[in-house]
Amino acid sequence: MFYREAGEFKTSYQADQATFPIAFDRWGYCAVVAVAFLVVPFLINPYWEQAIFLPFLVFAMAALGLNILTGYCGQVSLGTGGFMAVGAYACYKLMTAFVWMPMPLVVILAGLCAAAVGIVFGLPSLRIKGFYLAVATLAAQFFLIWLFNKVGWFYNYSATGQINAPERDFLGILVTGPNTRPWATYLFCLSFVFVFAWVARNLTRGRIGRSWMAIRDMDIAAEIIGVNPLMAKLSAFAVSSFYIGMAGAMYFAIWKGAAEGTEAFSIEISFVVLFMVILGGLGSIFGSLVGAAFLTLLPVLFKNVLAVQLGWPTDIAAHLEVILIGALIIFFLIKEPHGIAALWRIIKEKLRLWPFPH
Amino acid sequence: MKFSRLAFAAATALAFATPAAMADLVFPSLDYRTGPYAPNGIPFADGYADYFTLVNERDGGIGGVKARVVPCETEYNTTKGVECYEATKGEGALLYQPLSTGITYQLIPKASADGIPIHSMGYGRTSAANGKVFEWVFNYPGTYWDAASIIVKHIIDQEGGDISGKKIALVYHNSAYGKEPIRTLEELAKKHGYSLTLLPVDHPGQEQKATWLQIRRDRPDYVVMWGWGVMNQVAVQEAVNIRFPMDKFIGVWWSGAETDVLPAGEGAHGYKAITMHGVGMDFPIYADLKTHVYDKGLSAGAGDQHGSVLYNRGMQAAMLAVEAAKTAQAIHGAPNITAAMMRDGMEALEITDEKLTALGLPDFMPTFEVTCANHGGSGLGAIQQWDAKTKTWSLVTDFIASDREVIDPLIAEDSAAYAAEANITPRTCE
Repeated sequence: MFYREAGEFKTSYQADQATFPIAFDRWGYCAVVAVAFLVVPFLINPYWEQAIFLPFLVFAMAALGLNILTGYCGQVSLGTGGFMAVGAYACYKLMTAFVWMPMPLVVILAGLCAAAVGIVFGLPSLRIKGFYLAVATLAAQFFLIWLFNKVGWFYNYSATGQINAPERDFLGILVTGPNTRPWATYLFCLSFVFVFAWVARNLTRGRIGRSWMAIRDMDIAAEIIGVNPLMAKLSAFAVSSFYIGMAGAMYFAIWKGAAEGTEAFSIEISFVVLFMVILGGLGSIFGSLVGAAFLTLLPVLFKNVLAVQLGWPTDIAAHLEVILIGALIIFFLIKEPHGIAALWRIIKEKLRLWPFPH
Repeated sequence: MKFSRLAFAAATALAFATPAAMADLVFPSLDYRTGPYAPNGIPFADGYADYFTLVNERDGGIGGVKARVVPCETEYNTTKGVECYEATKGEGALLYQPLSTGITYQLIPKASADGIPIHSMGYGRTSAANGKVFEWVFNYPGTYWDAASIIVKHIIDQEGGDISGKKIALVYHNSAYGKEPIRTLEELAKKHGYSLTLLPVDHPGQEQKATWLQIRRDRPDYVVMWGWGVMNQVAVQEAVNIRFPMDKFIGVWWSGAETDVLPAGEGAHGYKAITMHGVGMDFPIYADLKTHVYDKGLSAGAGDQHGSVLYNRGMQAAMLAVEAAKTAQAIHGAPNITAAMMRDGMEALEITDEKLTALGLPDFMPTFEVTCANHGGSGLGAIQQWDAKTKTWSLVTDFIASDREVIDPLIAEDSAAYAAEANITPRTCE
């Protein structure tokens, strides 16, 4: 009734191809962004920051990155944890070597380092596909973590192999270290995710995105119509690793403040981000965000409901939490194999006709 | 539709929110009863909780105020540990004992900024023993470097005073925890002339075939282990498989519990580990625990861990927390203490033989006192040995002092590095 196209007349191609063609959507989107930027910073406390918002934003960034590679370009990757580690260690080295460098620049440069590494590990994708590529990227995961654990230069030869983010401010506001305010770190990460989600959305609608999708749908056909597979695949690896690298830098410097390569960037991270992308929806920006929200927020929600609100023993709550999340993943994938984003699309289609479906 | 969504949002917000503070002395217990570290996490958590229950039931609390233990499951994972910290600190938490070196490293800057003390009892960052730099962090009664030094001293003792040219292998958990002793063992290698081989084992430690193959090939004279969780059980079993002499296999105090040696059966006979407290149930406190806790059905967990090594250690951790809280109440003359007062109590903590006897724990552990400059305690440890026939641990040495000559400069060096990194001006402690 309210959610409809009737009465909206598009008079230009631009308007017709807008990301949110329906006014209701557009306003909803603006409202969410306004709440995220203008309301949440005033309400946020350290618990919401550390347990809910920062994990969500960091993993949303990583999921965006992996979705570009896996969802748009069709290259399966299990090296996400490794590329996040590249971002984190690059961030650490930049922060300690160039003390004057502003944090946003550090994060972007860390992303670029990860992009360079991503291109190198993306080279095999020109010859191998599918599961075999997954195995090749798995090698990247193990090799990179081993490297950061083995070579002392990466962690400035600290005795324990830990990296600790020193205190840094941006425009006079602390964004790393223990004395940060929750709203500052939140806004820092939110700005990055907002800007780069925007970039990703427009990248995937443009020429590069179309070439990625052509490769994904049928690489031989894409080659015949003039898409250069070398450029398409390597650019997907580069952009994807750039995003994942920035996620790694924020994960280490803004969210956690300290990290230990073998634990923080283990193979589990790679799997979790891949599940986010699959569950949220392959080839969908919205899906990346929903998938990240699903897998970062639900465990915290279940833990709070079961262990804190209901007062159940913590071990039972922890086991039940894993079972429930597993069951929910199966439920959503049976209900809609193309992810929550597809489910959302169907709901919107139905809403356009509601309440008169015929 | 609208309403239900609103209700859902409200319920969600409620579920994420944490309950309001109450007028108790709050001791969060960042424990782990699930995952690969649960075999060791469970007895510790049970001992920790049971001691507080005893204090509440028998004494009516600490100085008349009930103690409340807030359990939070961390799975020995730093992300979950930090989440637990953030979730519980708003309840008026007095003290954090994370039982994980990784989580401790993560919490040191946060807790110092928030003004909540951390007690990493025999784990965490060793150089936190320097109270001048680490105002809010305590690791009494001993540190990893004390443990490493005492193990080496024991080896020297076994070898009749000279270990030059001997080979020692360190099998360690490939994390901040396992890497802690390396610095000290290297320094001691220079001093005593042994050679050190480093053999890392990755989390969770179930895959050690290659490690023990290397030990079989290199034939080190002694193997020292810094392990935790299932890694301990696997290592002991692998050592049995390659017929390594068990009395030359020595674990740190986190690698010497019943759960670590029982799976290997008879083969584990003679395995040694260092400990910072007495073993077994031969302490008068167990009579009190039986009357006030076990018989009332108030045991934490399944109640099957009583008297085990890590149960005793959890109890020790709780006992030191309670004694520090009592000290804080005495200093400030108020029963309801804050985290800052708790810190003062910890810094003035003295454990004497009279106190231990009064608590029903005579000769349970060596005496020590904490000072402004020394947060590491006395650093004494004894060697315990496993008897697979009677299935008991027993102490085979007295409590031995560590080699301060080597450790003190290392602590000074590492804490100075932290102070420079974190922009801390060390306190003068006068």
